[in-house]
Amino acid sequence: MEKLNVLVVDDEPGICSGITRILSRYNVGFPFMDENIGFDVRETSTGEEAVTIIDEKVPDIILLDNKLPGMQGIEVLEYINKKNLDTVVLMITSYASLELAVKATNQGAHDFIPKPFTPQELKSAIESVTKHIFLRRMTRKLNKEGKQIRFQFLSVLSHELKAPLNAIEGYLRIMDERQAGNDLDAYNKIIERSLVRVRGMRNLIMDLLDLTRIESGKKKREVAPVNLTEVARLSIDTMGPIAIQKDVKIHFDAPGEVIMEADREEMEIIFNNLLSNAIKYNIEGGKVDCIIKREDDTVNVTVSDTGIGIPEEELPRLFQEFVRIKSDKTKHITGSGLGLSIVKRLTRLYKGEISVNSKPGVGSTFTLKFPGNSGI
Amino acid sequence: MDDKKKTILLVDDDEDYLFQTRLHIEQFGFRVVTAESQAEAEKLLETLKPDLAILDLMMEKDDSGFILAYKLKRKYPDVPVIIATAVTAETGMTFGVSTEEERKWIKADLYIEKGIRADQLHKEIVKLLKL
Repeated sequence: MEKLNVLVVDDEPGICSGITRILSRYNVGFPFMDENIGFDVRETSTGEEAVTIIDEKVPDIILLDNKLPGMQGIEVLEYINKKNLDTVVLMITSYASLELAVKATNQGAHDFIPKPFTPQELKSAIESVTKHIFLRRMTRKLNKEGKQIRFQFLSVLSHELKAPLNAIEGYLRIMDERQAGNDLDAYNKIIERSLVRVRGMRNLIMDLLDLTRIESGKKKREVAPVNLTEVARLSIDTMGPIAIQKDVKIHFDAPGEVIMEADREEMEIIFNNLLSNAIKYNIEGGKVDCIIKREDDTVNVTVSDTGIGIPEEELPRLFQEFVRIKSDKTKHITGSGLGLSIVKRLTRLYKGEISVNSKPGVGSTFTLKFPGNSGI
Repeated sequence: MDDKKKTILLVDDDEDYLFQTRLHIEQFGFRVVTAESQAEAEKLLETLKPDLAILDLMMEKDDSGFILAYKLKRKYPDVPVIIATAVTAETGMTFGVSTEEERKWIKADLYIEKGIRADQLHKEIVKLLKL
């Protein structure tokens, strides 16, 4: 079993030996780790000695009391910071000195454990730190190997994929055990909701495929002169049924031909995403305007809606993956949270720019500017 | 309606989770009142004092559950609060430094993972209600 080195710096012998006793018998395992991780604990009662030990070999984790006889804990933390050492510091502080704990976390301490703590509290703090260390190591290793795997992305993705599965599984279990008794309406609702979640998951997977294709660049892109007007018109036709359902009218304004060097499929993805958003987040009986224009050396595409709009504080996050604006108005709208991030990536691929203007309750306008001949 | 039934407030923006959990809790023999957002729950709490509340963590805001727990405890300090989240186990993300500050005022009695089995949830509710 792999062991992490833990250094406990505390002038209370009881705390030191307590921590050693608990951690020497404790190990941490996560489903994503091959083997569990245990702990080797070393104790010291002064900040000075802690610095000597750290200089010899940097421990993986340092449990640091602030109130020490000579050099204070916060000074040890400063020392670690100054030398930019690769270690994770957990401050041990009494409840009375929470302010200090906050200061310490601002100075780079990973977390703090309020004293007095129970063995369980110590264990969960150590568990969280271990996970942090493990993920950091993996990320570094992967970066070194040139693998562009982003843990954040993968972990959020696993959440997004699991949520519908959990919902569907829950529903199946209810049906299996006839938990709703003889209430047929309840079963109908259960089936309907399960189907909605299945559809949502399928859309997510489709979006993911789009995204990975852009990401890896593996798929052969077929760049040729594409008539954007035609692509947009096709996309508007595709969106027809959902527009009708929502009683949203789509106005299209473009010259007969706007030719751009592009991969046709990628342009379809862009229009499909922008238009479906403009419909989905619109009001009943609303309007969508899609305009394509060639201006000097740029091709401009705007898609605007008369929908619910986006609060200003949400705008900076809008193009991030899995970001969905949560409000009463959006809660029944399904989406993977990937559409706009895909559009942004694609736009960048053509050295283009995307911007958004939005007013809650009035509507949103997305504007894309492509260099006329991106030469890609 | 049996007035002796304990009332449980269930707040979650995932309507499937709400539907399923409500069904389970009703089968445990409790009355369930639901809200689909922090705002809706706050409104309910103006007139309703539940015997226990189960709050989703991430709703309108990433910390809606915490804010709701804080407000609920301020009004009804004796009502046990469970915060349900799917974040930790599924994503490996923990409540990091940015939320340390919040520890001071977050007053949940219990944190549960959303995947928790119905019988486990039942046990926890019974424990918190001291039945």
